[in-house]
Amino acid sequence: MIYLRLFYEFFKVGLFSVGGGMATIPFLQDISLRLGWFTTSELSDMIAVSESTPGPIGVNMATFAGYKTAFGIFNNQFAGVLGGLVATVGLIAPAIIVIMLVSKALQKFSDNKYVKGAMYGLRAVSMALISYAGLGVMKITLINLDAFSKSGNIFDLFVFKTIILAVLIFVLQKIFKKIHPIVYIIFSAVVGIVFNFA
Amino acid sequence: MKKVSILDLFLTFMKIGAFSFGGGYAMLPILSKELVEKKGWTDDKELTDYYAIGQCTPGVIAVNVSTFIGNKLRGFFGGIIATLGMVFIPTVLLLVIAIFLTRFADNPYVKDALSGISACVCVLIVNAVIKMWKNSVVDFATFCLFLVSLGLCLATWFLPFSLSPVILVLGGAIAGIIIKKAKSGDKKK
Repeated sequence: MIYLRLFYEFFKVGLFSVGGGMATIPFLQDISLRLGWFTTSELSDMIAVSESTPGPIGVNMATFAGYKTAFGIFNNQFAGVLGGLVATVGLIAPAIIVIMLVSKALQKFSDNKYVKGAMYGLRAVSMALISYAGLGVMKITLINLDAFSKSGNIFDLFVFKTIILAVLIFVLQKIFKKIHPIVYIIFSAVVGIVFNFA
Repeated sequence: MKKVSILDLFLTFMKIGAFSFGGGYAMLPILSKELVEKKGWTDDKELTDYYAIGQCTPGVIAVNVSTFIGNKLRGFFGGIIATLGMVFIPTVLLLVIAIFLTRFADNPYVKDALSGISACVCVLIVNAVIKMWKNSVVDFATFCLFLVSLGLCLATWFLPFSLSPVILVLGGAIAGIIIKKAKSGDKKK
């Protein structure tokens, strides 16, 4: 039964991908090679779409991959939708179960000195991981190493449009603290379209 | 605290999920705005802890945080409702795209909009770091721990080795226990 299989495979992805959506990609590559549910070029398509839509990338990938797989087998859109839903539920199920357990344990042991010590160290490392992810995003979006190494012109290194927009948003949200972050997301999308950012 | 309605829980997380571009970290300022400022369901310190735990538990961080908060507010069922709310719009959108828009990611408008949004995502992550900083880096020892971890991560850009976040997180937890123990030992003397 393909749906059980889909659930099982994506449950495994959810269980073993620790530390964010990008961690799911190697597991999906494995599925592609082992089971042939989708090709590697379809996978890069899925990554592109998952990154261009809202929502956790891992979840988006599961929905897309589940749809493709079931659609590929039954050649029917309803079957595809069901496949997408089954894969998504499979992916998030382990996280829900584990967090419920951790949450219970934390309530019980929150005064334990080892738990306190571990959380104390964990927060600092978590901070480092988030900063690292932030620097990674900036490296990709604000500077263009390819263009720089081709031309050797220092002005090609920086993506000025994007930098100006980022600085503008940063300053605006410092001044207008009441404005919802969602407003800035919509604003930046509109600016991107109007000024042809891509 | 007044009991949170299941519908409110679902709709709030649905709204957050609909605008979570750029992954779980960029989502933090939105979570903070909705859950801390507007609803008062949690505080920034608790959010920091949920993120810290989300780094070392399986699954996507956005899902982990939703489950945590839903579970805290309305128990097991609440955890599931919050998580389903979070993934609702993205899942529906993805299915629509999978069925009707085969070349969605290649569309020039989509590309332009996303390039613009990527600038905003940078700012959102910087804000996440600023927000969490005072709850995470509380003294010299945690500052050192932060610097060493970040240094190790950044070194993977230039040196040929890879580093699993799991190792870092485990190391951080152990270091935290040792530092706390050493500190309480000092006080006893």
